[in-house]
Amino acid sequence: MSMDIAIERQGGIGGTLSYGEPAAIAAARGKERVSVMTDTANEDWVALVERVRVAQDRAAFSQLFRHFAPRVKAFLMKSGANESLAEECMQDVMATLWTKAHMFDPSRASVSTWVFTIARNRKIDLLRRQRRPEPEDLAWGPEAEPDQHDVLALQQESKKLAEAISALPEKQRELIERAYFGDLSHSEIAEETGLPLGTIKSRLRLALERLRHAMK
Amino acid sequence: MNEIRHHLTDALLLSYAAGTLPEAFSLVVATHVSMCDECRARMESFEAVGGSVLDEAEAVAISEESLEATMAMIDALPVARQPANVSGPNAVFPSPLQSYVGGDLEAVKWRSIGGGVRQAVLDTSGAAKVRLLAIPGGAAMPDHGHRGLELTMVLQGAFKDEDDRFSRGDVEVANEDLHHTPIAEEGMDCICLAATDAPLKFRGVIPRIAQRFIGI
Repeated sequence: MSMDIAIERQGGIGGTLSYGEPAAIAAARGKERVSVMTDTANEDWVALVERVRVAQDRAAFSQLFRHFAPRVKAFLMKSGANESLAEECMQDVMATLWTKAHMFDPSRASVSTWVFTIARNRKIDLLRRQRRPEPEDLAWGPEAEPDQHDVLALQQESKKLAEAISALPEKQRELIERAYFGDLSHSEIAEETGLPLGTIKSRLRLALERLRHAMK
Repeated sequence: MNEIRHHLTDALLLSYAAGTLPEAFSLVVATHVSMCDECRARMESFEAVGGSVLDEAEAVAISEESLEATMAMIDALPVARQPANVSGPNAVFPSPLQSYVGGDLEAVKWRSIGGGVRQAVLDTSGAAKVRLLAIPGGAAMPDHGHRGLELTMVLQGAFKDEDDRFSRGDVEVANEDLHHTPIAEEGMDCICLAATDAPLKFRGVIPRIAQRFIGI
């Protein structure tokens, strides 16, 4: 992250890795950009999405953008999109992150997971030109805010899962990547094992139970 | 909630979460997950794996104007929120299925295929096909084996085969090895959503001839 931070402070001085806005544009956007650019090392993506949701905070969005946009684009290119289609599709994904911020439920997904699902859906729409049947929403009722304990626990489980996956033997990790980039056949996937899913699965199950309960 | 006893396999949930499952099967998965928290939790854990795959993806260069272009896209978007993707409390079909049918059970355009059995093929792209079947109580489906993967999900009533009973929400996952004769339970029509990636293989001459005309 450190390189991104340095670039941000300089306000976009060119080069392919610079996503900071020139000061004039920032100023033209007015007072909504007053929030201070703090060190992104905290990586508290949940809080940034929250700021986008409640305050349409463009600074928070640009922090999310700097981290996720290059990865979403990489994901789309690995899934078979050429560079320009991937760029276009990525912008669309990132715009969806803004417009659907109210749909993000941090007791059920990390921000990475949520962005992944948006990118996956756009991939199916745009690259495979298929409809994507989606399960019914479990929308928050008017009274039901996500329980902060659940949010924290799920975010920690997500982190642990990510660590467990990156600690898998190289070969197995490659197989997982290929499954998500779409170049494994169905039967190959059936043989795919060793995903460390136990705890996050029970955590998600619990979050769903609480949500059902809250909706009653 | 109705107690669901027959669930989706990990392989199906992983392919669905990765976005690589054919549309016809995806519709069955989305319909089942709408009714089954157990499989929803498993699906969301596979999505969490996708999230860490995305996070680990090596960032690629994005265009210098990316962030501005995305902000412009956001500014141009209408603020209207999408209605939540939910079916009514008494709906027979969960919302993903309703969106393919164009409504609930009463909107299905049935076609008789003999023996009191009716079907409606739903429009999906790709080689795999998905259809709704209505089997009168007490009637049997023709005895058939499978050439590929077949998913059958019950939406109303119940059916039994040699091994088991399937009622609302249950999914039977069948492959080449399974030869069975499902019989609808006495009472109301058994309504199923069935996806196949190869035509069913009927045993006996009459069904084989009939198959050419009715397309199952």
